[in-house]
This record gives sequence, structure tokens and C-alpha cells, in this order.
Amino acid sequence: MTELQQVPEYDANGMYQLRLFVTGASPNSTRAILNLKNICNEFLNGKHELEIIDVHQQPLLVQQEQIVALPMLIKKGPGAERRLIGDMSDREKVLRGLGLS
Amino acid sequence: MSTSPKKSQVHHPSLPKTPTGIIGLDEITDGGLPKGRPTLICGEAGCGKTLMSLEFLIRGATEFNEPGVFMAFEEKASELTMNVASLDFDLDKLQAQKKIRLDYVHIDRSEIEETGEYNLEGLFIRLGYAIDHIKAKRVVLDTLENLFSGLNNQTILRAELRRLFQWLKEKGVTAIITGEKGEGPALTRQGLEEYVSDCVILLDHRVINQISTRRLRVIKYRGSIHGTNEYPFLIDEEGISVLPITSLKLEKEVSSGRISSGIPAMDKMLGGHGFFKGSSILVSGTAGTGKTSIAAYFANETCKRGDKCIYFAFEESPKQIIRNMHSIDVDLQRHINKGLLQFHASRPTLHGLEMHLVVMYKVIKKFKPDVVVLDPITNLITVGSVSEVKAMLIRLIDFLQEEQITVMFTALTLNNIVNEQTDEGVSSLVDAWILVRDIEFNGERNRGMYIMKSRGMKHSNQVREFIITDKGLDLVEVYLGPEGVLTGSAREAQKLHEQTGEVLRDFAVSSKDRELTRKRKVLEAKISNLQMEFESAEEELNKMYQQEELIKQAALNSRLEITSRRRGEYRDEKGKIND
Repeated sequence: MTELQQVPEYDANGMYQLRLFVTGASPNSTRAILNLKNICNEFLNGKHELEIIDVHQQPLLVQQEQIVALPMLIKKGPGAERRLIGDMSDREKVLRGLGLS
Repeated sequence: MSTSPKKSQVHHPSLPKTPTGIIGLDEITDGGLPKGRPTLICGEAGCGKTLMSLEFLIRGATEFNEPGVFMAFEEKASELTMNVASLDFDLDKLQAQKKIRLDYVHIDRSEIEETGEYNLEGLFIRLGYAIDHIKAKRVVLDTLENLFSGLNNQTILRAELRRLFQWLKEKGVTAIITGEKGEGPALTRQGLEEYVSDCVILLDHRVINQISTRRLRVIKYRGSIHGTNEYPFLIDEEGISVLPITSLKLEKEVSSGRISSGIPAMDKMLGGHGFFKGSSILVSGTAGTGKTSIAAYFANETCKRGDKCIYFAFEESPKQIIRNMHSIDVDLQRHINKGLLQFHASRPTLHGLEMHLVVMYKVIKKFKPDVVVLDPITNLITVGSVSEVKAMLIRLIDFLQEEQITVMFTALTLNNIVNEQTDEGVSSLVDAWILVRDIEFNGERNRGMYIMKSRGMKHSNQVREFIITDKGLDLVEVYLGPEGVLTGSAREAQKLHEQTGEVLRDFAVSSKDRELTRKRKVLEAKISNLQMEFESAEEELNKMYQQEELIKQAALNSRLEITSRRRGEYRDEKGKIND
């Protein structure tokens, strides 16, 4: 938890680079996309680039990005890279993970 | 191992198996791991789980042409490659040949936030991709339990693991899952054994009396027979070797061939030909009775015949033995140079007993000797109890007899009283038992030797004096004097004494002979005298008789003459009367 506080907090100018890895149209994935989009709209005001990747299409990426659990969101920036897994239904944790809380 | 009779029996369709290629393991599991199913290898940290599973993949790739995927949750691919490079396995090359694929899965709890429902589909995709990519038949998941330290949601994890094993079975790959030993009776920390129920192998690394031994046990193997004992195993430069504890059957081949002990007099005591080939021989005795010399002589004789011999020394270094044996005119170095003799010297405390056995087993399998010498077995007692040493030696003897190798043990007996048991209690196991003992008498210590037993052959029941000279070893008959057994100088004195007696007797005999001759001569002279007397008397008598005859004739003639003259007859010259 201490680490979270060290992360440079919300940078108004910085773009949020987000990558969401999903598995096709599975329930978890659909929920994750929906939840994340809601959060982004609410908190990021368009200052983000969201890339949604279906791992079934790009299996090599799975190894490169060290993906085990899905769905997974990787925040590449700003600040340290963070990984969030799950369907993003726990809004508080998502915000904390993105450094928005 | 065992041949035809079993195969001819009605064979039920048995579980297909995937050979591991690991020395000994396939024998224990009767062919390998269950094909197309997951196997759990569990054990404490540092007991060789990763190595065993990696060797399974490498052997599969190199020996059975079955590519394999190694999914590491603990070590990075580069670390793994480094680790096994010391074992002569070139992982980089195998990866380049697409025979093995390493995938390091990194999970760090501090980097991950769990925000709701998820699954491990990522792992499935990775694994699936890797398997399809190199057409893998074997998969290793090295410490899958690391997932539990990286992810929080146990419910999801457990459900996903169950799905993973199901999925692996569907894929038809033979998988090994490793798991760390849990607390108490649990085999793994997270109870993986719940999911993997086909085959479970437990590795153990135990330290007893500061000596560590690795052991392996097949806890469970559904649908197959398997060895249930704990088997010691060894990790060395060639990977893992498991030692199957010999078969319990006593149906070894036997040979009636004989091999010489190197000491002709001893061979003579053993029915004239020496020991049986493939038998076990125990030489026991107190300190300094020449046990090592007998063993070295035996080894020397073996090599002289051109046979191979391994000498396991637990007390002295090879150099020391070679030097010492020069003093009895045995040159072992030349046999070493010719490659007929191998020395393996190690302190008994180097490994546990089991490990000694594994090491010996390996060395013997490799060198294929005709004769093995263990000098001395007594020292092994320092690393195990009597019963353990005995159990180990039983297995060694079993193994050697199966291979038709003759073995000679030397053992130190601690007291001078000949007891019916040696310290290691192996006397009942061996085929021949030679006992060397001190005979203290007349202010000196000499060595006496006898054959306590020698199965299946006529052997001498006599105690012989065993002498060690700079010419070598020899046995001489012990003299039995009025005060008991005579050895050493007492024996020499007795010998001398007897020699003197012989000379005296010889002298006496010859003088008697002469007297007899003399007497005979006298008698003979007398006999001839008498004979001559008799002859002359006879002649005298004959003469008289002839004279009388002549006189009688003459008288007759003259009477006739007179008569005829009176008649006036004239007798002619022929005596005819003419009228």
C-alpha cells in the first residue's frame, strides 16, 4: 500500500495509456470493458488511450506481457506500470490502481 | 528386467506410460509416468523437484523425441539454463531446435490489483500456444503453487487449477506439476494432490547424523503397480539416478566357475580352485591381520587374469594402498594404467549409506567389473546403524550377484574372541567367510587363518598360519605341538627339532642296517663252510664205495679165471670159453 502513495499522482497533462487484455466476448471480459469505459469517462475526461486486445488473436503478447489472469488492465503510464486483473467491478480498487483515488 | 514368463500371462490392457528416461525411475514406476495425465512431484525446498522434472523434459526431447514445455513460476529461463548447464544439458540448443520451450511466468502480488472476477485464461493461452508451437508431448509446471502467492482469490484459483488439469488431460500431454511440501501430513502447501490424483511422487531430503540422503517414493500411482519403498537417489553430473532397491526374489543365475584368490595355498584350502564366480566373500579379522593385503592380492590376481576390478576403499587413499602393497610385491599401479583396476576412495561420512550404495551402483554399472572389493565395510557403521548397514549390504550383494560379480568385503572384528557374528551381521549373507586372527604365543603375535564357511565346496577345516613377507602372502601348515598350536618361531623351532630327530633316526637306522649285513655275511660264510664239509664227506663216501665196487669186480674176475684154468679151458681174450 505504501507503494501506491509513491506513485506520482494524477498528472493533468499526461495521457493515460491503458491496455486491456480480454478473452473474446466472455462475460468477464464484457463486464471489464464496460466497467473500465465507465470509469474512464467519469474520471479521465478523455485523457486516455485505451487499447483493447483479444489475447486469443495475439497469443504471443500473452507471454511478452506476462499475463496469467484475465481480464487484465495494464497502465503503462503515467508513472509506474500497474496491473489490474478482474472485471473492474471493484471501482475503488481500480481507481487506486490507476492512481486516481 | 524380468523376462518372458510374465509377458506370456494374460495381459490386461494396462495404462499407457511415458518413460522418463531417468535412471531407475522407470523401473520403479514399471515403465514411466502415466501417459497423457498429470503427475505431482512434491517435496521440500532443494530436494530436486525442478531438476527431476527438467530432466524428464530433456530426456523426452533427446531420447524419446517428445518435445516439452517447461513453465517456470520460480526461476527465469536464463537461470534454469544456467542451473542445468552444470549437468551437461544444453537447454539453449534444445530450445533453438524447438524441442524444448521455456516460459517463465512472473507474478508479483505487489504489482497486481484484483478488481473483481477473473480467470487464468492467460495461462491457458500461453501454455496452449507453447504446446502447439513445438507440438509438445510433455509439460512441466514448476511450482504451480506460486500462483497462490501472487493471486488472492483462492476460490477462483482452485476452480481454475481444476480446470487446468482437466485441460491438460484433454490436450493429451504428460505433465509434471511440482509442489512444495506442506506443513504436517499435507503433501503440498495448497493441497495440489487433491487435483492431481493419478500419480504422486514424493521427494525427500533427509539429514540423519549430519549426513544427507535424497529419497524418492511413489505415493500413489493409479492403475499401475509400482514400487512402494523409499528409494535413494543421487544427483550428479549426469542428472538423477534412482536406485531401485533390488528385487526381493531370490532367483539369480549362479555360476559354478571358479576364480582364484591369488594365494595358491588358500585356493587349495577352498577345494583347490578358489572361490565361486559371482559369490560374496567376507574376510574378517582384528586390526593388522592383513585383510587389506588379502583383498589387494585378490584384486591383483583378478587383473592379472585380464578381468576388471573395482576397489572401494573406505579407509585408505588409493595411493596409500598402492604404496603399501608394494611391500608385499604387489604392483597395483600397472593394472590401473591398463584400465583394469579402478579405485574409489571415499570417507564413509561423505554420504549416507544409501548414497554410497547409489554411487557404487552407478560406478559398477558403468565399469562392469568382474570383481568388486569393499575395504572395509566396518567403517560404514559410522554412518548408519548395524541393521541399516546390513540392509545396504544385502542389496549390494543382491545386485552384484545379479550381475555375476564376485565381491570381497573386509571387516574388522573388534575383539579377539571369535564370535559367530561379525559386527555388520553379514556373515549369514556371504558365501565364503575367511577369518584371520591373531595367535599370541611364546611372546610373539602371529596370524592364523581359517575358512569359517564356504558354501557349496569342500574346504579345509584347518587353521593355517598366514604369513606376509616381501615376496607376498602365503599360508603354511600350523604345527600342533604338545602345548597347542605352534606358530612363528615356535613353529620354526619345532621344525628344527623334528629335523634333528630325523637325522638321528636316520643314523640309527643305518647302523642297524650295517649290523644286519654283517651278521648275514657271517652266517653265509658259516653256511658255505658246512656245505663244503658236507661235500668232502660225500666225496669220501663215494670214493670208498667205488673202491669196494672195483675190488668186488676184480675178485669176481680172478675167481672166474681160476675156475677156468682148473677146467683147462682157455679163455680167449674175450672171456669166451673155447673148447
